[in-house]
Amino acid sequence: MSATSRIDSATPERSAPAGVPHLDVDPFSTEFFEDPHRIHDLLREAGPVVWLEKWAVYGVARYAEVHGVLNDPLTFCSSRGVGLSDFAKEKPWRPQSIILEADPPAHTRTRAVLAQVLSPTAMKGVREHFTAMATAKVDELLARGSFDAVADLAEAYPLSVFPDAMGLKQEGRENLLPYASLVFNAFGPPNQLRQKAIERSAPHQAYVAAQCQRENLTPGGFGACIHARADAGDITAEEAPLLVRSLLSAGLDTTVNGIGAAVYCLARFPDQLARLRSDPTLARNAFEEAIRFESPVQTFFRTTTREVELAGHRIGEGEKVLMFLGAANRDPRRWENPDRYDVTRRTSGHVGFGSGIHMCVGQLLARVEGEVMLAAIARKVASIEITGPVKRRYNNTLRGLESLPITISPA
Amino acid sequence: MPNITFVHPDGRAQRIDASDGESAMQTATRHDVSGILAECGGNAMCATCHVYVDEGWLARPPAMGDDEDALLDGAAAERRANSRLSCQINLAADLDGLILNLPDRQL
Repeated sequence: MSATSRIDSATPERSAPAGVPHLDVDPFSTEFFEDPHRIHDLLREAGPVVWLEKWAVYGVARYAEVHGVLNDPLTFCSSRGVGLSDFAKEKPWRPQSIILEADPPAHTRTRAVLAQVLSPTAMKGVREHFTAMATAKVDELLARGSFDAVADLAEAYPLSVFPDAMGLKQEGRENLLPYASLVFNAFGPPNQLRQKAIERSAPHQAYVAAQCQRENLTPGGFGACIHARADAGDITAEEAPLLVRSLLSAGLDTTVNGIGAAVYCLARFPDQLARLRSDPTLARNAFEEAIRFESPVQTFFRTTTREVELAGHRIGEGEKVLMFLGAANRDPRRWENPDRYDVTRRTSGHVGFGSGIHMCVGQLLARVEGEVMLAAIARKVASIEITGPVKRRYNNTLRGLESLPITISPA
Repeated sequence: MPNITFVHPDGRAQRIDASDGESAMQTATRHDVSGILAECGGNAMCATCHVYVDEGWLARPPAMGDDEDALLDGAAAERRANSRLSCQINLAADLDGLILNLPDRQL
């Protein structure tokens, strides 16, 4: 069953460009969300560039082409939107991001600000507290024994550290996950998921807009650090709230799905949990490998700024190109035994956080959260058993679970 | 084709062949040199491919960018005057024989 239907198509019938294999798969359908791997394989094997009839866009699913498109931001731009919607033709559903949906040179300045706020030095400042909170969370969950690893762990842990690190007030935090879900659904086509998310978005948007203002951000948090950069003249006072919004959009649901992916991997592959337990220093790589293996952020679009040849195919100006990060991360041309979750794998080069100038600016924060949680599990948990039906959560961009009932036992 | 040598903190030297156009980090990961993590994959965003350029080679690698400079301040191991991120050292022919010393940790 599909969440979308033909009448949703953004563009009227357009024929496949000559020579480019065309496929009728819908990467934004429940069928795809339930099992993307079979279709990823189909996409990769069809050719280096494919045409997706349903949404009249090009697609790339092999590692080399995904990496190549990500690293040519002047040809494959972000300023026309990184979802299906082309900002040159359609008004964005919210004020355009000044970092995600921007190109150099404008992007260079805003990116430098967030890169500094989330630098390796800044991570040293949060690491100890994040570790203590992860340890406490695992102790609490061991005492309970059985729980839902999505709500009680993958969501609960980031919610216990990220909003405080941002400097958010206590009130209204329940808006954060719905807002993020909305943002990531909105990158997709005008299907039911996107339309419903936008219809219900007003309260979440209002909450986020208010929290981006300086007076609502506690001194010392990442949000206040961004506003301080306006004082330094690196950005304007009007730009600061928009950069705070970027962290609120992309800083929580992504780590929720990253940690959820890692726990789901360890639950399914007990030999890898055993390997991790035998050497807890593998925790950081076990998290990274889960990002490669599950690719919590599945897709992003780019828009061509000129006619370009990609893997031998001519693509015109103003065309949307959909990058399948999850497919690239399991491309057998790049990865040995790509469908195996291996906590000792050399993961460097995976595109789960993207690549190039738009590569996840919060990747260091995500790694700290993932590492300290998996290290706590490695030290304290002997076994993870799935005890009930595993339910998938449907989102146009994010891959993750709605429910993962597990029982854990102490080491 | 240039070859480069990574020297581990215990003094063990690992000499490996580079391919044209590669960075020192890419050469290291391709040869599975332990001690180079390169978590960000070569985007100058993580500071886990930190190296100390051997004294005799200090003048040769390309100049340091602002991103790299800022990241090195947050590197896990001590920053020294000869600290670089190996992903920012492209192995041109004049770097044949380059010696890079590995720090005691990247995290």
